[in-house]
Amino acid sequence: MGNLIRDNLNKDGVDRRGFLQCMAWAGTGMLYVMKGGILSSLPIGSAVTEAAQMSKMKGVDFSFIQISDSHIGFNKEANPDVTATLQVAVDRINNAAARPDFLLHTGDISQLSKPSEFDTAEQVLKGAKAGKIFYVPGEHDVLTDDGKQYMDRFGQDTQGKGYYSFDHKGVHFIGLVNVLDLKAGGLGSLGQEQLEWIERDVKHLKSSTPIIVFAHIPLWSIYPDWGWDTDDSAQALGYLKRFGSVSVLNGHIHQVMQKVEGNITFHTALSTAFPQPAPGTAPSPGPMKVPADQLRNMLDIAHVNFAQGKHSLAVVDSPLAST
Amino acid sequence: MKRMKWVFTISTTILSAMAIITISSPRVAVRADNKPAPGANVEIDNFSFGPDLTIAAGTTVTWTNHDDVPHVVASDTKIFKSQALDTDDHFSYTFTKPGTYLYYCMIHPKMTAKVVVQ
Repeated sequence: MGNLIRDNLNKDGVDRRGFLQCMAWAGTGMLYVMKGGILSSLPIGSAVTEAAQMSKMKGVDFSFIQISDSHIGFNKEANPDVTATLQVAVDRINNAAARPDFLLHTGDISQLSKPSEFDTAEQVLKGAKAGKIFYVPGEHDVLTDDGKQYMDRFGQDTQGKGYYSFDHKGVHFIGLVNVLDLKAGGLGSLGQEQLEWIERDVKHLKSSTPIIVFAHIPLWSIYPDWGWDTDDSAQALGYLKRFGSVSVLNGHIHQVMQKVEGNITFHTALSTAFPQPAPGTAPSPGPMKVPADQLRNMLDIAHVNFAQGKHSLAVVDSPLAST
Repeated sequence: MKRMKWVFTISTTILSAMAIITISSPRVAVRADNKPAPGANVEIDNFSFGPDLTIAAGTTVTWTNHDDVPHVVASDTKIFKSQALDTDDHFSYTFTKPGTYLYYCMIHPKMTAKVVVQ
């Protein structure tokens, strides 16, 4: 991203040109279509691409939405009203042309694991017309009680410290927890018990079963210096190598990134609360402060469409400002 | 031996600095004899702890979070562990036994530092 900085007027490492390019990159959203293991993408937002998006929707069997990093309770300059931006996300879900079968929330529901923060988040998300909401915890949701509160609220029907799987219209979904028992100097961690569970969980599945894994911290190496990686993800993904179609959805980094590696497609989602800098472009991964009128371009939801039998998965990232 | 002397000099300097901090800080622990216990500070800034400290046994260390995100200070052996420290929150711990104490942020484990107690 270094080539985006030409006039560093405010000594903050960002100039206007670079900032606008970052905005375009993070804010406009992308439509992702995977066919036969090959990922293609196109930006959404314009009339042309909206039309292209609708054509991709034809023949889909179901869709679901990923939202992430609501950080309810955060009230600093980067976004003084995170409840309002989560509400915008819910409104957008409710106004979408396609009704999603369910929501995935990939963690950091709260800022400080406070009961009042969880209450507010649940209250807002209850308004989403999307059937069930599936959660995995972020590190902000398990701050000091080893995840007990999170488990009491969201951990019913889960294994160990909150991981679980379910099947939906032929697709096997696996929700993982990689924010507990983190070791000094380390990264996100799944732990031996969870790894053994993953191996058992997929053992009985046919290799043709599409797999969608979701967890908070990225399960691929995005930027280990900032902790944007999971120590033992390689072992977990190793159990999924025999499957033809594997998609991994994460939150945590508050920006959109994708990667294809063999049979696995990786995606990260934006936050509904505040943006974070691109890897290495700031002294730390702390919240990015952007002008209020631009904030909603950098927050979003991801709409995932699945076409059964065609190995086709489309992830549509929509900025909150587009409604 | 030259190196030892250098370390000793640095430690003395740090201790002197801590004495000044102790006088000006309203948060220092108070001992049974009513004299304030020696104190030292660690600042949490941009997802890092600073500085690494070398202190005398009995010193109270206070961590202050200056970031917009919460941090949790914990020793790698869980001898001490803070609550979630939001912006400007403090956590203090008094080190009574000599040794090297490694600690980290439980939710951002890349953040590591140490306190050496003499």
